[in-house]
Amino acid sequence: MTGSATTAIAATQANTPGIWKRNQRAWAPWIFLAPGIAMFALYVIYPIIASMWLSFYDWDGLGTKTWLGLDNYVELFDDEAFYTSLYNNIIWLVLYMLAVPAGLFVALFLNQTVTGIRIYKSLFFFPFVISQVVVGLIFSWFYAPNFGLFYNMIEWLTGTGIAVLADDRYVTYGIIAAGLWPQIAYCMILYLTGLNNVAPDQIEAARLDGARGWKMLWHIILPQLRPATFIAVVVTVIGALRSFDLVSIMTDGGPYGSSRVLSFYMYEQALSEYGFRMGYGAAIAVVLFAIMMIFISGFIWKMVRDERGL
Amino acid sequence: MFPRPIEHTAPATQLLYKVALPIALILWLLPLLGVAMTSLKPSSDLAAGNYFGLPSQIAFSNYADVFNNSPIGKYILNSFKVTIPTVIGAVAIACLSGFALAVYRFRMNLLIFFLFVAGNFVPFQILMVPVRDLTVSTGLYNTITGLALFHIAFQSGFCTLFMRNFIKGLPFELIESARVEGVSEFRIFWYIVLPLMRSAIAALSVLVFTFIWNDYFWATVLTTSAETQPVTAGLYSLNGQWIAQWQLVSAGSIIAAMPPVLMFFLMQRHFIAGLTLGATKG
Repeated sequence: MTGSATTAIAATQANTPGIWKRNQRAWAPWIFLAPGIAMFALYVIYPIIASMWLSFYDWDGLGTKTWLGLDNYVELFDDEAFYTSLYNNIIWLVLYMLAVPAGLFVALFLNQTVTGIRIYKSLFFFPFVISQVVVGLIFSWFYAPNFGLFYNMIEWLTGTGIAVLADDRYVTYGIIAAGLWPQIAYCMILYLTGLNNVAPDQIEAARLDGARGWKMLWHIILPQLRPATFIAVVVTVIGALRSFDLVSIMTDGGPYGSSRVLSFYMYEQALSEYGFRMGYGAAIAVVLFAIMMIFISGFIWKMVRDERGL
Repeated sequence: MFPRPIEHTAPATQLLYKVALPIALILWLLPLLGVAMTSLKPSSDLAAGNYFGLPSQIAFSNYADVFNNSPIGKYILNSFKVTIPTVIGAVAIACLSGFALAVYRFRMNLLIFFLFVAGNFVPFQILMVPVRDLTVSTGLYNTITGLALFHIAFQSGFCTLFMRNFIKGLPFELIESARVEGVSEFRIFWYIVLPLMRSAIAALSVLVFTFIWNDYFWATVLTTSAETQPVTAGLYSLNGQWIAQWQLVSAGSIIAAMPPVLMFFLMQRHFIAGLTLGATKG
């Protein structure tokens, strides 16, 4: 069908050689790329540069900008709240990585063919589909003092309940647990797809050689799951550093700012009722961006290598 | 298959597995089930301390209350108004740029591709102040258009990555032979490549729909009033008004979660195909 269509089209334009005709192979990609590049440059590339520039100024968002040089960054060095946020970001990053093995574990548990398994798989994936705002509200209810399910379970086990979100010792862990719920679901689906594509003959061969259980998983299965693991790690790292929604919904950074992360602290400084310190906020964003760039460069480096290998 | 298929194990193990499945599922969804149950409880149940038991009667009135006494209907409508144009815009742009990056060899190709990829990973906060300024100065602050335009631009990064990889997987000979026959590049895109992209377009649309519907950060940065806010930002402000009225908070949460959930169950295969593209090869 396509064949006859192409000949028909070709016939209509066979005899019109011109400057366009001769150069279309060179020009066409730029025409196709124009809308994408324009939008991306305006809303992503330019703002990154503008933010970096802004981080050297004092600006309330309306009046004139005052050049400060490195003062915003110097101030960050002595800012207690900045260190709290940075520290919390590190906790987020470390604990969020649990989603990768946990997702693998759930995927292994569900990788069977009993009746109804497909419905189980979709229902396990469910938390990922809901908005983080809703996840945050669900877990706020779960942790709520006096009547929350979690509070009561702890009370039943230990005698005294814990108001997780009001206690600066536990609050960050409580929010991370809420974040892990959809993230594990995401990693699970990546691994389920990966497991689906593991070469069956290799498994059979390994079985004949007597490989079982952990040994099989480690030496035969995991190497074949490497692409899934790579994507799971990427999305989990990005997710951990982007954590904003849950903090905003569940605690608004509290109690006393103890659950802030960099993304939230930046927002607080630049846009919330606490002040419109755009320059200082931009400086925090630049620090977060720098941290993210370490990971992004790593990912890109690996992707470029794969691209070249193809 | 790994792990060993359960049918090949002892009957006791099989039974154990079949019992463990529903239990694991209930534990996994426990917070969600609790909220769903709370949303159906009359407020008298909560006042009387019936937090975990079944509702004394099924109170759909909570849902009616939420719709009648809060602007949630408006919020939902706003969410659709932001989400649908974003899906169309971002997917359309991605078809074009994905095609350009997959089919043509030119010097900047990989550089542009990786700019799209990297841009897709940056923290939102580094974009926040300039994007807000840009939106204010074009008069689009606190409008649905302003929010949708940003989403289209930002999502085009991920979408381009997706489309480019998809088109790379198509048989290149189709394009080659059309070129030999003298078909113009635009016609190749429109008549040959685009029809083959249907499944990718479906998968990407479902994904972008969910991402945008669930966006909260940009909704709070770029919109401020109930007239324009999507449901995620709206739910946050409603949560502030409904202090301790958990039956309302729960009902509101369930309503807000419904559209992407329905989308997921209706388009499940596309959704998962989209999400896991790249998780199998590489």
